Amino acid sequence: MQTYDLTEKGLRGLNSILHAQHEETNQVSWEVVNPRGSHAIAVGLDAPLEVTIKGSTGYYCAGMNQGAAIRVEGSVGPGVAENMMSGSVVVEGDASQYAGATGHGGLLVIKGNASSRCGISMKGIDIVVHGNVGHMSAFMAQAGNLVVCGDAGDALGDSIYEARLFVRGSVKSLGADCVEKEVLPEHVGILKDLLERADLHARPEEFRRYGSARKLYNFDIDNVADY
Amino acid sequence: MKDTETAIPRTLPIQSATFTNEVNAEIRRAAATGIYDIRGGGAKRRVPNFDDLLFLGASVSRYPLEGYRERCDTSVTLGTRFASNPIELDIPITIAGMSFGALSGPAKEALGRGASAAGTSTTTGDGGMTPEERRHSSMLVYQYLPSRYGMNPNDLRQADAIEVVVGQGAKPGGGGMLLGQKISDRVAEMRTLPKGIDQRSACRHPDWTGPDDLEIKILELREITDWRVPIYVKVGATRPYYDTALAVKAGADVVVMDGMQGGTAATQDVFIEHVGLPTLACIRPAVHALQDLDVHREVQLVVSGGIRSGADVAKALALGADAVAIGTAALIAMGDNDPKWEAEYQKLGSTSGAYDDWHEGRDPAGITTQDPDLAARLDPVEAGRRLRNYLKVMTLEAQTIARACGHNHLRNFEAEDLCALTMEAAAMAQVPLAGTDWFPGKGGF
Ligand SMILES: Cc1cc2nc3c(=O)[nH]c(=O)nc-3n(C[C@H](O)[C@H](O)[C@H](O)COP(=O)(O)O)c2cc1C
Repeated sequence: MQTYDLTEKGLRGLNSILHAQHEETNQVSWEVVNPRGSHAIAVGLDAPLEVTIKGSTGYYCAGMNQGAAIRVEGSVGPGVAENMMSGSVVVEGDASQYAGATGHGGLLVIKGNASSRCGISMKGIDIVVHGNVGHMSAFMAQAGNLVVCGDAGDALGDSIYEARLFVRGSVKSLGADCVEKEVLPEHVGILKDLLERADLHARPEEFRRYGSARKLYNFDIDNVADY
Repeated sequence: MKDTETAIPRTLPIQSATFTNEVNAEIRRAAATGIYDIRGGGAKRRVPNFDDLLFLGASVSRYPLEGYRERCDTSVTLGTRFASNPIELDIPITIAGMSFGALSGPAKEALGRGASAAGTSTTTGDGGMTPEERRHSSMLVYQYLPSRYGMNPNDLRQADAIEVVVGQGAKPGGGGMLLGQKISDRVAEMRTLPKGIDQRSACRHPDWTGPDDLEIKILELREITDWRVPIYVKVGATRPYYDTALAVKAGADVVVMDGMQGGTAATQDVFIEHVGLPTLACIRPAVHALQDLDVHREVQLVVSGGIRSGADVAKALALGADAVAIGTAALIAMGDNDPKWEAEYQKLGSTSGAYDDWHEGRDPAGITTQDPDLAARLDPVEAGRRLRNYLKVMTLEAQTIARACGHNHLRNFEAEDLCALTMEAAAMAQVPLAGTDWFPGKGGF
């Protein structure tokens, strides 16, 4: 285990050391102490590293992660794991806005609550939130799964494309073109797997599924109010 | 008719200057279809532009350089502020971002070939980076757009520069649009969208709003790319002074300012014609912002929107830009709107020079299409050669004017080299009305 004191040694040093690790590195495990809400911690990683951040972070923690397993023992600022490609990011606390924005792959787990626009423009990432998500979550969500064990705020899934949304609690309101859909056996399988990987003991049957009504896919003057 | 019988004179039919035939046709089209007009290209109406400026040339007080004897250099470096690998261009004319999706694969390849042969950069667009354009572009700028279609860290690390797109001159404040006809299998896969649906790109970035956030976003991009490559911020011309100042504050290496004549792949006509500032009007405020912050030439300014010739390039540089970017002109050089396809333009209800239904994907010239048969009409080697020639001609033209003004480098152009033909142009460019030493606003009103 390598320990890196962020306050003492600075952000540039941390990211450049982590970028220098490649597939075969034997310095796999890293611990970052004194993060003190810094931005852009452990961004652009491209190797199967295990990074634990001991404390809370600012914006874009674990941005564009590719292959690393990153754990934050605290809360995260806006845009955690934005545009993640693969690997995993686990947040022990809460997440601010845009958690998992535009992510293409990998798994993001938020053990607390996530603020507004969680999963905005998601493109294949899986996001599991133990608590609630704020308004406009999964806005223009294209692909992937968003699992919310608590409640969802206003305008869930507005202008959604093909992402799947699963919510256990209440949904304050659905956004344009987002509708409730039947939970099919294939969805139960997806949910079971995600709940297990996110360390959650909930039953898939308790969730309701939401997705696109596909009415806005091609312009139609009769739907103009929804654009 | 007898001479004594006089017919009652009648008034001639008068066409309204308000309700012109074009206006009426648009009203009828809207009434019939229930959808606004969508098209490609930039503003078509006349706005004050570079044609309203003239160079003064040498005289007794300035001496010219000998045309074929004395050097007039053309190189420019972009990204000197923070990047460890700035972009070194042989000429101050770059190729603007145009997406694969809007343009065909061969068209993107041709842009790369032509730009590389002329020693300049090309730029990706909404939809991500294709291997073809990376392979054929010696310097490739990777756009970071609100949609983040195809955005991935591998391509980011392969880029020679990153351009954070806040807006475009054709549609400042608007998002993108790619209609279903152009979403082929490959385009759909790159954008993670179902085939054949109308694809709307967001107008705002999904994970930042405002200049303070942008500063942190730029930090993230620099950290991911280890501070190697320059980061540009592209804005549509609206509030050029403040947008430039805020981009500088957010940490941009380069500001790209795109005026309202700038082309787009597709957007509402009402947007193209009625939102934004003419290119001519946005350069001086942007330069003033850079000067006020003491970073003029340290943060480079790239200007685009309606640049057509070496004279336009020279005028943009004289007003304080470091380089220009071209979109539409590059497409025309490659073969867009060529009269040789006139019969086909007619079939599409248009004519060469006016064809702008690029969003429909039926471009006879094979450039703004995803139809494999049409796209095959464009030979990327030949189109690349035409683009290279055109870029060289523009450069030669700018050098010709520079020597005539006594400059041994294009960067030495200055506003004092210019005068304006109209009051509007004098006010916008802040150069004297021809034959006077005055422009509106000089010395206060
Ligand atoms: C076909 C086409 C596609 C374009 N696609 C993009 C794009 O994806 N991203 C972007 O920032 N600008 C895009 N633009 C705008 C250009 O980058 C540039 O701002 C503009 O073309 C400059 O004006 P000009 O066409 O008069 O040279 C596009 C323009 C055209 C003509």
